[in-house]
Amino acid sequence: MLRDVDLSGYEKVTAKNIPWEKFITSGHRACQGCAEVLAMGMVMKAAGPETIVCNATGCMEIITSPFPQSAWTVPWLHVAFENAAAVASGVESATRALERKGKLKKRPKIIAFAGDGGTADIGLQALSGALERGHDFVYVCLDNEAYMNTGIQRSSSTPYGAMTTTSPPGKKSIGQRTWKKNMAMIAAAHEIPYVATASPAYHLDLFNKVKKALAVEGPAYLHIFATCPTGWRSDPAKSVELCRLAVQSKVFPLYEVVGGQYIITQKVKKPKPVTDYFKLQRRFRHLTPDAVEYIQSRVDEEYARLEAFEKATAPLEEVAEPPTEG
Amino acid sequence: MSKQAIMAWEDLALGTAILSPGNAKELRTGDWRSLKPKLDEEKCIKCSLCAMYCPEFCISVDAEGFYRPDFYYCKGCGVCANECPKDAITMGKEGE
Repeated sequence: MLRDVDLSGYEKVTAKNIPWEKFITSGHRACQGCAEVLAMGMVMKAAGPETIVCNATGCMEIITSPFPQSAWTVPWLHVAFENAAAVASGVESATRALERKGKLKKRPKIIAFAGDGGTADIGLQALSGALERGHDFVYVCLDNEAYMNTGIQRSSSTPYGAMTTTSPPGKKSIGQRTWKKNMAMIAAAHEIPYVATASPAYHLDLFNKVKKALAVEGPAYLHIFATCPTGWRSDPAKSVELCRLAVQSKVFPLYEVVGGQYIITQKVKKPKPVTDYFKLQRRFRHLTPDAVEYIQSRVDEEYARLEAFEKATAPLEEVAEPPTEG
Repeated sequence: MSKQAIMAWEDLALGTAILSPGNAKELRTGDWRSLKPKLDEEKCIKCSLCAMYCPEFCISVDAEGFYRPDFYYCKGCGVCANECPKDAITMGKEGE
């Protein structure tokens, strides 16, 4: 169902007012060329200092907070693998209570970060519950398409055909056997005010989506694509390029769902073949031409479906008055 | 207590909270580097894309307006060289 979403607090980011102040310091322990920490840094730049971060277990928790050091300059909370959304809703309720008692003048922004495993597999029911209860927070899934911090095990967000240590390709296996779980659509099905997918290669688009997600009243979900050079067996220097190629080859379309209305924010007019995206990564090198053809056709199909969603949910144009006779 | 130990349990804050924010910046991640970015000032148009895409957040603007990495932190991933629209950044071997 379409409904109005109040975006009055949203301030557009353009090339002229890019936020530069960082809230994750240098000296974090991410691998060379980690696009996940890049994406998280960008989200924090857009969010600003008045933020409380709840971080599920995962790469981003490990690399930013090896005791007794922390790369965070905002209040940060590490929680278990499955309950980032539950803890964020608790923090949100606590700030509401403090505000009601007059102990807090302005409620801070609350952001929950989790990886794709912590979102699509382990944390799904906590996330679903928090979205359904309507807490005012932003949930950011940083999707690097497998459990990277424990050694590249498959997750439900791993794309079809990808090699991981628990989906090894061979004579009787193509690698990952199932298609990537469409987490953004699952979040959108909760009919929350704002859902978006983003990629760090499109930084202005990402900044604006974070600003919109923070501006809306109620839960918002951001699904951010992030290269993992270690797990994807790709060149660290090509991390951002891979994030861009994933969008240009329609593998990871960028769109937002504002109050039920689908808007594709980066329209792909001249799509690149998926092989352009695949050939930079070792995890897809075993794929046969037949498998690539199947993936290409399914990618095109899913993009066409997204375009159909956009068309179906577009606001009805005002009906022009019928021409008067005579 | 030996001086090598990180801290004794009596010294831990409640909930083992880390009380000095951002103290990871004491860690020298620059010694992970095997490739070193080099900027060609002639070609640089000061577009700031290298600073935007640096996963280490270590590139900042200097007095002349050029974007320079902090080699105390730069891990030498090469994202800046790959993303530079004018190919002004090249990766050379560390120590040459």
